[in-house]
Amino acid sequence: MKFLPLVLANLGRHKRRTILTITSVALALFLFASLQTVVTTIAAGANFGSAHRLVSTHATGIVFPLPIAYANRFQAVPGVQGVTWANWFGGRYGDGKRFFATFAIDPKSYLEIYPEMVVPADQKEAFIRERTAALVGKHLMETFGWKIGQNVTLQGTIFPGDWTFTIRGVYVPTDPQIGDDVLMFHHDYMEERLNRPGIAGWYVLKIDSPDHAATIAKRIDEQFKNSSSPTKTGTEQAFNASFATMWGNVSLLMGTIGLAVVFAILLVTANAMMMGARERTREVAVLKTIGFGDRALFGIVMLEAGVIAITGAVIGLGGAKLLYKATHFSGGGFLPGFDVKPSTLVVGSVVAIGLMLASGLVPAVRAARLPVVTALRQVA
Amino acid sequence: MSLVEIRDVHKSFQRDTQRIDVFSGITLDVEEGSFLALMGPSGSGKSTLLNLIAGLDKPTSGTVRVAGAEVSAMKPGQLAPWRARHIGFVFQQFNLLPVLTAYQNVELPLLLTRLSKREREERVTLALGVVGLEDRVSHYPRQLSGGQEQRVSIARAIVADPTLILLDEPTGQLDGKSSQEVLTLLRRLNDEFKKTIVIVTHDAHAAERATSVLHLEKGNLIRATGVPSLRASGEPAATVAGAR
Repeated sequence: MKFLPLVLANLGRHKRRTILTITSVALALFLFASLQTVVTTIAAGANFGSAHRLVSTHATGIVFPLPIAYANRFQAVPGVQGVTWANWFGGRYGDGKRFFATFAIDPKSYLEIYPEMVVPADQKEAFIRERTAALVGKHLMETFGWKIGQNVTLQGTIFPGDWTFTIRGVYVPTDPQIGDDVLMFHHDYMEERLNRPGIAGWYVLKIDSPDHAATIAKRIDEQFKNSSSPTKTGTEQAFNASFATMWGNVSLLMGTIGLAVVFAILLVTANAMMMGARERTREVAVLKTIGFGDRALFGIVMLEAGVIAITGAVIGLGGAKLLYKATHFSGGGFLPGFDVKPSTLVVGSVVAIGLMLASGLVPAVRAARLPVVTALRQVA
Repeated sequence: MSLVEIRDVHKSFQRDTQRIDVFSGITLDVEEGSFLALMGPSGSGKSTLLNLIAGLDKPTSGTVRVAGAEVSAMKPGQLAPWRARHIGFVFQQFNLLPVLTAYQNVELPLLLTRLSKREREERVTLALGVVGLEDRVSHYPRQLSGGQEQRVSIARAIVADPTLILLDEPTGQLDGKSSQEVLTLLRRLNDEFKKTIVIVTHDAHAAERATSVLHLEKGNLIRATGVPSLRASGEPAATVAGAR
């Protein structure tokens, strides 16, 4: 620590260069943490799902609807304790640029099957009672400064037109994977507006035991196999995992971009470190003349690289953690539970240490091996 | 036993295909407490001799002993701590670290010791006091005159109380007044603090302050004055020290 003032003084020699280098490292690690968090959030989404819930969609794909009449037939299957359904709406808000997830749901059954969505009793009742009511996640309410009782108009994209809802309830999820950036409204109201009664995007079934999941799913799919709308039924976790699979290549791309960014910054940092060390050839020679050994000089240069990398890491990784936490970022509801995980911080710190070693090693070895007389003669 | 003993030292450099002999068997003794000036034209080997004594360079053959230690046989890992303990070096171009204050520059050699912060502070204050710059502790080199910079450099050289102070053209960059101040200071270090000093210089005025003067020409020590501090093996001590 005796050498710390010397290290800090060296870093302060070209303040702008040092600040830019630290900013580069911070940005690289911020991007790394962000992209890595996208990957971990997608992976966490794939693992989310109650073992007591099954999801049934059209066998061809989720974009093909199922008849609403299936609800009663699902309910009749042994082991099924409850049935609900929902539809993706897809609308925009305000100037048409603000986007968040919107579902049309069957209010009563949906809230029964998803106890993780906590709604005060009076709000729940008001939401269920009113046909044009909306139930909104807490963070989405905060984002737009909405109040209960306020009318909100969305511009439909899949289902065109202006859709006005009255906010009657606010839900708070007990599981971050549910997300609270979602607006939900009555499926009946959508059906009515579209004059298209009897269509559901997907079904969610509550079952008596996870042990019966495979049997129930098989029985349902068998039942509709030869109908005009065959089903594909599986656990909620498998359903979420299928979405994660769709993200698969994106995750790989994100990871690759993250590494590429870190590598590019590594080159920038290494270049700055080497430039700084080269400019100080004479000073290194002087320090050696005074009695500084190879090990001490190696340590000083590595410490300089360490200060840059660690400061950058604290700003970049800490910034990512705090920013996403403070803004409750969820990618418009598509990445619920978006939070920089401790494992990402650990990996980011390891990357920072790697950055320090890679950028500091060459100039540090060079400083340690510098022949004093030659160096003094060169600059004399 | 002399403080510095140089025995039959040869030093040559290879420049492309040409071999350049700087010394061809030089022998020299420097007694403790002496003030030796090494004079001579450029390329005569003055700085090389200083570098050999400081352990910054190795002789091609022969031995260099300082304070009983054979410097020429030391490994690089041994040389750095040895230099920190025994050598104070002053350069022509001052070579202060521009990002450090006068205080911090002087403190540098003490960072290699086990002294506490308080002890370091006492030593630095004392050294800056000796060179008359106790009121410039917080100044950066750019805020000092050339003479002041060189005095800080001398304070840095003496702060660890080295066995030997080596100065390479210490007045080469200074005006007349500053040169006199620095030379007076060196004289005082030798007289009052009994420091052994070897100075390389072109400046005859600088050499006048030394107790002994040695001329180097084409790698040979050809004349010496001010004897008891200087002898050449096999030669009458009072007359010649030199190369054979």
